[in-house]
Amino acid sequence: MLLNIERVQKSYPGGRPVLRDVSLTLDQGQTLALTGESGSGKSTLLNLAAALDGFDGGEITLDGTALSGLDDRGRAALRRQSVSLVFQQFNLIPSLTVAQNLSFHARLANREETEWTTQLAERLGLSDLLTRYPENLSGGQQQRVAIGRAIAPRPKLLLADEPTGNLDETASATVLDLMLSLVSDTGAALLLVTHSQDIAARLDRQAHLAGGHIT
Amino acid sequence: MNRAIIQALLSHWLRHRLQLVTLLIGIALATGLWSAVQAINAEARASYQRASDQLALGLFDELRDSSGPISIERYVVLRRAGWQVAAVLDGPMRVVGNTVQVMGVDMVAYPPLPAVTQIEQSETPPDPAAMLTAPGRLIAAPELVPILQGQDGLPPVLSSNALPPDLILTDIGVAETLLDKPGQISRLIVLPTQPRGVPLLSDIAPELELVKATDQLDTSQLTDSFHLNLTAFGLLSFAVGLFIVHGTVGLAFAQRRAMIRTLRALGVSMRRLVWIVTIELAVLALIGGVLGLVLGFLLAGVLLPDVAATLRGLYGAPVDGQLSLQPQWILAGLAMALGGTLLASGHALVRLSRMPLLSGAGLQAWRGSGKGQRSSGFVGTALIAGGLVIGFVFEGLVAGFAMVGGILTGAALVLPYLLSLALSVFQSRSQGPVAQWIWADMRAQLPGLSLALMALLLALAANIGVGTMVSSFRLTFVGWLDQRLTSELYVTATDNQQGLQVAQWLKPQVDAVLPIRSVELSHETGPLFLYGIVDHQTYRDHWPLITSSNGVWDQVLAGEAVLINEQLARRSTLWPGDNVTLSPGHILPIAGVYSDYGNPTGQAIVSMSQLDQIAPGADTRRFGIRIAPERATEMAQALRDQFGLPRQSVVQQAAMKAQSLAIFDKTFVVTSALNVLTLGVAGFAILTSLLTLWTQRLPQIAPVWALGLTRAQLARLELLRSVLLAALTATLALPLGMVLAWALLAVINVQAFGWRLPMFLFPADWAYLFLLTLLAAFVAAALPALRLLRLPPADLLRVFANER
Repeated sequence: MLLNIERVQKSYPGGRPVLRDVSLTLDQGQTLALTGESGSGKSTLLNLAAALDGFDGGEITLDGTALSGLDDRGRAALRRQSVSLVFQQFNLIPSLTVAQNLSFHARLANREETEWTTQLAERLGLSDLLTRYPENLSGGQQQRVAIGRAIAPRPKLLLADEPTGNLDETASATVLDLMLSLVSDTGAALLLVTHSQDIAARLDRQAHLAGGHIT
Repeated sequence: MNRAIIQALLSHWLRHRLQLVTLLIGIALATGLWSAVQAINAEARASYQRASDQLALGLFDELRDSSGPISIERYVVLRRAGWQVAAVLDGPMRVVGNTVQVMGVDMVAYPPLPAVTQIEQSETPPDPAAMLTAPGRLIAAPELVPILQGQDGLPPVLSSNALPPDLILTDIGVAETLLDKPGQISRLIVLPTQPRGVPLLSDIAPELELVKATDQLDTSQLTDSFHLNLTAFGLLSFAVGLFIVHGTVGLAFAQRRAMIRTLRALGVSMRRLVWIVTIELAVLALIGGVLGLVLGFLLAGVLLPDVAATLRGLYGAPVDGQLSLQPQWILAGLAMALGGTLLASGHALVRLSRMPLLSGAGLQAWRGSGKGQRSSGFVGTALIAGGLVIGFVFEGLVAGFAMVGGILTGAALVLPYLLSLALSVFQSRSQGPVAQWIWADMRAQLPGLSLALMALLLALAANIGVGTMVSSFRLTFVGWLDQRLTSELYVTATDNQQGLQVAQWLKPQVDAVLPIRSVELSHETGPLFLYGIVDHQTYRDHWPLITSSNGVWDQVLAGEAVLINEQLARRSTLWPGDNVTLSPGHILPIAGVYSDYGNPTGQAIVSMSQLDQIAPGADTRRFGIRIAPERATEMAQALRDQFGLPRQSVVQQAAMKAQSLAIFDKTFVVTSALNVLTLGVAGFAILTSLLTLWTQRLPQIAPVWALGLTRAQLARLELLRSVLLAALTATLALPLGMVLAWALLAVINVQAFGWRLPMFLFPADWAYLFLLTLLAAFVAAALPALRLLRLPPADLLRVFANER
């Protein structure tokens, strides 16, 4: 089992619980869609799985490593080496070019493969845009760069938070197709947060969050 | 309606209190440093004016003898011929280690002076006869009275607050005794009402020259250069402070774009918005201005005593060290705060007034672009070129300052472009992803930080330039002192008779007795002090000649030529080979020019016999004594014992040098203080820029954190970023500072003081300043870095959430 979320609890600083005894598992190469209303805790659960935030109770194990035992440095190393993230708002590094953004995560993880990055750029349709800066790209292009950046280090787990939420229908379909195809090719597991039932239906499994529980 | 708009606009400041505090501090610092300098200048000028009013200086035409003092006989001739003139004898006198000016006037004929009137109208007026008959009376400012009263042999002292603090007013008969100038008159005041048909001056006193009241050089003219220098420094500090205001207002406006767009969508006209925002800025400017005035008043109070001492020492200018609060100073300070704030905010206001209703609300628009950097670089280059053209084509102090202003402003404008260029070079050469990101990120942050970095560049350049100038000056001055003060002992006798006795007594016991004799002559450039020297190897070996013709000393000592000081040479454009008119009938060729630092007036040296021909009767009271150094202390004591001379009348070389250096150092206390304060303001500008940019930093840092860098790593990188930018700026400030130093030494000093100094380099000082800059940048970035280090992950995650 790649990801094991077991009876995890999380409250907001005011004390309002957002996740209550949430449990979830994900195997290598598996894809899972996490759905739920706004404010149901989908993004919070994704952030916990990405070792971006700490939790109040329970345990999350990623590739055999218990996240509760990690300090700040250990969490950062885990994010660098094992997890990749795709955000709704792309969150590219504005000061770097497309080429530099694409290879950035892989280089941080010391896993840069030039041939693979070039191949990724071609598959994502970015070969002609490599010297541009993010501000000069459309939303769809930016999200393709974000997916490329996430896939370049060949992560074990890809976490995507509403990756098509900011795109129109055509761009949304293109981005999703590319992401699923690349996940499948690299054998990564995918945990994808979405509102869309259509998108959820294209993944192996679905889980629904409501009232702080998986239903 | 207005109330609702104001409430909305003010809510921004309530939510961004640090920004508000930064803005107010920026205005206060700019106004404070400028106002401090203005307070000092205003106080000094008020003192000069007070002294002129109190002593009726520059109100009447005067008669002077360009070859020396006027004799009593000539005065009598003029009076008998019907000329209504009043005699004045003035000169310096030492009292308990202080030099005070004695002004002896003909109490009967001299126009009524406020001090005399005040004493006559007091509750216990002295007998008028007592003022005129021996021992007479001295009138002095209250602070001088206790010093004079403690001295033996002085007439009774009367107190009057209508006199400058270091002046004794007395009858001319008493002044003759005090100054040991019997039968001498310094000048004659020509009273306004003259009888008809008085004989022409050329017929009865052809050697006397009529100097019109309007042609008389007053203290304020003499000290203009000094005050202009201070004003220039104050203006630089003001400009550095305004950088903070510009940066803060720019960011505040950018952050309020969304609110302003909404207000406009709700029906508020842009015209109304611009008015309300302008009034808001004016109110903030006045609050900051008041804070600045308090700061300026305190700062001026601290600095004024040193400035007063400098002005007294350098120009003999009567300045008391007390600061008074003047309404016009307050109004001018508030006007500067208001004008400066509106000037610094002008760009943001114009952009606001032109903002389309449907424009984006983001901060991106506020930032500059590569195109902006290039155009500001172009304008900067043009300013530098313009400054250089003015400096080389035109002459005068204003042209010198215009050149310096052009170069400094131009360099500041070119800075962002140069930094961007340097950062892109570093980025292209860096290997690791983090290093690459750091350089790229710094480049992206430049527009937001460029104003603070410009302020830092100006402060550093001023520091390097002024520091190099002062240190070069000090080094030259020390060397010059070694050349000028070669005698082991300096002695001042109480009168000429004792002077001759001292010389005779010393001759068999020492290597040489070198008389120091001088007279004050009148020259077209102002007072000219003529010195006579005897033939001795000391002068040939040590005198600091800047330029000379062959056989200079032989010519001078043969009475065939003259040496002049650098000030006179530059003011009159006289150099070896030219002739100088010392007095009517005495025209001599110039054989050499010597450096003469710290002296604002012209000076010339001739042989002793020539001096006696030109101005017979010069005092023979002062001597330089050449003696084996190890015998100097013993001889000094022997002289004091033999002639009953007070301690300060026999001074050893080392003490004289120490005294001169102490005066020198005091002269630059105010410059050094302003230097340090300007650097402090620049450091604060970096801090405020980093803090105000903080909200923009998170969206850029959060993705990198999410990709696997720890907060501690990111905090360290924040520190590194600030230190690297400061280091790059400091590196560029070095050549700029050198140019400034050159301009100060070779242009400003020559125009302001009349001497040109050699430039020395001080790498150790620069290295220290460089390290200080890095430290300042580190400290400025420490708070944002600490914030980042302690930032809860939830806040970083909010960045991703906020952007939805």
